[in-house]
Amino acid sequence: MSVFDRFDEFPEPRPVPSYVITGGRARPTRNTIRPETLLVAVNDAKQLPVTASSEKRALLKMCHRLLSLVEAAAYLRLPVSVAIVVACDLVDEGFLRVSGEFPADADSNGPGARPGRPAMDLLEEVLRGLQKLV
Amino acid sequence: MGSRSSYSPVREMTGIIAAADEHYLPDSIQRSAKILVVGSFGVGKTTLIGSVSEIEPLRTEELMTTASIGTDDLSGLPDKETTTVAMDFGRITLTQRTVLYMFGMPGQRRFWNPWASLAEGAVGALVLVDTRRVEDSFAVLNQLELQADQLPFAVAVNRFPGSPQYTEEELREAMDLLPQTPVVQCDARDRVSSILALADLTRYALAIEKGSV
Repeated sequence: MSVFDRFDEFPEPRPVPSYVITGGRARPTRNTIRPETLLVAVNDAKQLPVTASSEKRALLKMCHRLLSLVEAAAYLRLPVSVAIVVACDLVDEGFLRVSGEFPADADSNGPGARPGRPAMDLLEEVLRGLQKLV
Repeated sequence: MGSRSSYSPVREMTGIIAAADEHYLPDSIQRSAKILVVGSFGVGKTTLIGSVSEIEPLRTEELMTTASIGTDDLSGLPDKETTTVAMDFGRITLTQRTVLYMFGMPGQRRFWNPWASLAEGAVGALVLVDTRRVEDSFAVLNQLELQADQLPFAVAVNRFPGSPQYTEEELREAMDLLPQTPVVQCDARDRVSSILALADLTRYALAIEKGSV
């Protein structure tokens, strides 16, 4: 059996178009959230307003502990782009925070670095980490 | 399903609301990196990701409208037609504070646009090649050039039983690779072999960043 067969158990169609979930937006309010971005709920945050969408509630609950955006999206069965829009709103409203150092990109890493590339020390750490695993 | 019962993708917004405890990251994790695993259908992307991943590979979907499908001939479809494209991914905790995500990306051109942004911030792309169908990798390599020319990539030849044995030179020539592009042999089913291929790619990406390539 394929590891993905389990998804066939939940064949329910999405009843709500994604533009409703995102309030009609196709783009997030900020560009700092990527699929691999680590998210965690803000501990002492106030309650979500009663009008908050079920996706917002679900994403916030899902991130009660540290999790990447893409994992949360997969568990919630939300398209990644939709989850990013919802996550950006939750971050803007103070319910969710981006964990750790972000962005770990070279563009925040001084002159000569190339935008969209990971920081050198992150690359070094990835290499060390991989070598340690074998 | 048995052993998978603890695996709890949320099926209803009002139902299960959190992932199983072991699926969360340690609180000490502070940053994430990602590597794209690209290749044509059936070349072993998900196999490789599954060999390395500490979680069972997950699948996520992305919406794709005809507008983003680009040059594929979909003239017969109505304007608002949408479809979904699936992406498999896995995760491995590398150090106390760093986690690595591996994203499997389909090679077909029409699948690329939704994921073009995935290349942003990625360590690099590991291009999996099946020597029985080397020509299938041409489209993937083309797309890498077009969509992510800043993204370092390495070629990993996934050995299938009975696949033709080519020398590295033959493969380089067939795929028109630059001399510095790493070409590694790998068995996607094997954890160590897969990790070594990812490490080779990362070493290459680091060398590029240091300007030594």
